[in-house]
Amino acid sequence: MSALDTAAVRKDFPIFEHHATQGKPLVYLDSAASSQKPRAVIDAMTDYYETTHANVHRGVYAIAQEADARYEHARRRIAQFINAPSEHEVLFSKNVTESINLIAGSWGRANLRAGDAIVLSEMEHHSNIVPWQILQAELGFDIRWLRVTPDHVLDLSNLDEVLDGAKLVSITGMSNVMGTMPPLRHLADAAHAAGALIAVDAAQYVPHLATDVQALDVDLFAFTGHKMLGPTGIGVLWGRESILDAMPPFLGGGGMIREVRLEGFTAEALPHKFEAGTPPIAEAIGLGVACDELDRYGMDAVWAHEQALTRYAMETLADRFGDDVVVHGPRTMDARGGVLSLGFKDLHPHDITQVLDQSGVCVRAGHHCAKPLMRCLGVGAVVRASFYVYNDTDDVDALADALQACSDFFGL
Amino acid sequence: MPGLEDLYREIILDHYRNPRNRGELATPPAHRAEGFNPLCGDEIVLYVEVDDGGVIRDLKVGGQGCSISQSSASMMSAAVKGKSVDDARALTRAFKALMSIHESRLDGEGDGSGTDTPVPDPEVQLGDLEALQGVVKFPVRIKCATLSWNTLTQALDEVAAAS
Repeated sequence: MSALDTAAVRKDFPIFEHHATQGKPLVYLDSAASSQKPRAVIDAMTDYYETTHANVHRGVYAIAQEADARYEHARRRIAQFINAPSEHEVLFSKNVTESINLIAGSWGRANLRAGDAIVLSEMEHHSNIVPWQILQAELGFDIRWLRVTPDHVLDLSNLDEVLDGAKLVSITGMSNVMGTMPPLRHLADAAHAAGALIAVDAAQYVPHLATDVQALDVDLFAFTGHKMLGPTGIGVLWGRESILDAMPPFLGGGGMIREVRLEGFTAEALPHKFEAGTPPIAEAIGLGVACDELDRYGMDAVWAHEQALTRYAMETLADRFGDDVVVHGPRTMDARGGVLSLGFKDLHPHDITQVLDQSGVCVRAGHHCAKPLMRCLGVGAVVRASFYVYNDTDDVDALADALQACSDFFGL
Repeated sequence: MPGLEDLYREIILDHYRNPRNRGELATPPAHRAEGFNPLCGDEIVLYVEVDDGGVIRDLKVGGQGCSISQSSASMMSAAVKGKSVDDARALTRAFKALMSIHESRLDGEGDGSGTDTPVPDPEVQLGDLEALQGVVKFPVRIKCATLSWNTLTQALDEVAAAS
């Protein structure tokens, strides 16, 4: 069934061998929270520390130049991975949360006033809600909401009305709870027609399918390393050069200035204007190598593999448990990714995940940092299984077996 | 790895399936307090009616959550109903001492209540509540078990402040 040779892929990830040799194979179904790391990424980071560590953008000595070269190579690699027109448009951050706080704190503060409006959706992660609410409390603009339909997709029936007069649409590329993928190009066209910019929380998007920010015609695009085989502590904000150029600096400090006098400062050019302080150098290098690994697998194959696996999971769970399993998300594979949020009988997600852990099945329970969406779904929490390059049908079968064990344990 | 039976003792499952004192009370005379576990979204709504003599006349539990938070709330309600506020507080201290055996090891992280490490009163009998001791072996679940007790403390503090 698979577009990927998962047995070979799993060999690239030391964590699976580690747990297999402990006699308890790891069934890792939580990649939407954070993916596992391939040997190539770990080795690249280790090699940097062991052979060439020095601060970037400061030194003239050999290893400092080498550190610079590797750091900037990673930026070029990432620009290429998302088909950005220029590497200067690729800003390193800590994660998506910081990237969106940068958009809000820089673009938002410079452009939004009382009486203005921005558009978010009900299915956003808190990281694309709270930064705007913090700024709203300060500036007093309106936040309009695109709602979620009973079919768990974005309600676009009143799109023109919601966009009318708005200055920004900030929207997820894929719901981290439901897997729903809003039509980004359609939203970009509609936003631009209304005179608004569009920013995308692409945390769950970039790891899973070939990304082309030019084809999507979006304006700002945030994603994170650790969900796409890279390390934690490194995120990216891509933006159109003209927009980033016009934005004031976000964090001030070393590295982001051209000149500082007692009277004031002038900011560096892109991308350094937005990279104050010593950046996460090893992490950026690791993320560049993660892009290499994903391209080696082939992003079209990654997408096809996850689609097939998610379809298999929905069919398997329906076959084995019927209506006892509730899928909180689209039931068809149209415009959805490999994130499967579930309810199971009357069991609480925390109790389910506790029992699943006994079988070595790692899934996540909770509100997944999307409390407005939980209210919309009418639940307090869900169990979420999410799939990536190293998962196969055995993992899905293990999930189903563990759910049966859970049902048996609680006597349901 | 500790087994599931350490966590899900039969008496806990019994309280989960058949929660005691479930419902609401009219406010006033009862006082309403809410507690949340932001980690997992569990919520507890307590209705506590304290009479002029400082006795918890009635108490009801609402909200939703996992078996541990719900059974702990149920057991708490059964244990403190009809007791004096002082006795309920002593029981709370004893229960939290039972739970904080592990909390004290979590890099000094408390249970969010902001109180000092509780000192158990050797006179206090926990009874059935000791069944929850197994929770300590599952550190992420301790907050589930203490949620209703923290909410009770909050409710009693608010009642005391209002009187």
